[in-house]
Amino acid sequence: MTRRVHDRGGWPAGPIDRTEHDLAPWEKEVDALLQTLPEDIISVDEFRRAMESMEPETYEALSYYARWVEAIESVLVEKGVLVRGELDRRMEEMDGPSA
Amino acid sequence: MLSGEIGMDPKFTPGEHVRVKTESRPGHHRTPGYVQGRTGVVAAVHGKFPNPESMAYGGNGLPEQFLYLVVFDQHDLGETFRGTRGDTVCADIYEHWLEPA
Repeated sequence: MTRRVHDRGGWPAGPIDRTEHDLAPWEKEVDALLQTLPEDIISVDEFRRAMESMEPETYEALSYYARWVEAIESVLVEKGVLVRGELDRRMEEMDGPSA
Repeated sequence: MLSGEIGMDPKFTPGEHVRVKTESRPGHHRTPGYVQGRTGVVAAVHGKFPNPESMAYGGNGLPEQFLYLVVFDQHDLGETFRGTRGDTVCADIYEHWLEPA
């Protein structure tokens, strides 16, 4: 049975970082975004599936809410709400190509 | 009842020993790898719920599946656990992932 990248239970994972930390405003916005999007645009099951389908290297490299952004974008592209690359182009317009 | 048909009654009852099936199916499911192939005891029947495996792809999740609270002895989940004898872990597992043990 092949384990997928998200399926961590029972694997060694090193010590747990127990330091308290606040969420950045953008992280709270991502959480709010998922809550706000309607069920027929993205359900919790579709969201989880998108998280699990991410390239393992991407999954490992991104922080918790950065993975949420990746997964939400994926499903929004599937549903035709976004066009693939649309967000990247918009960010370039706003911040310049070096962003 | 036709063989394979999901009925009105749960297939397993509290106290019954069950084994979690081992699968390599692609796609979303809610059965963690660390309980696959392992044997535990049904502690409760949660009721019937839409199947997340099809809802993950925009399906309606029907027919609904029975969901069980299954209790495992941590020592039965692999060689890495070094804690107290009798420590358990509980997992919610859908009926189609369980077989009698």
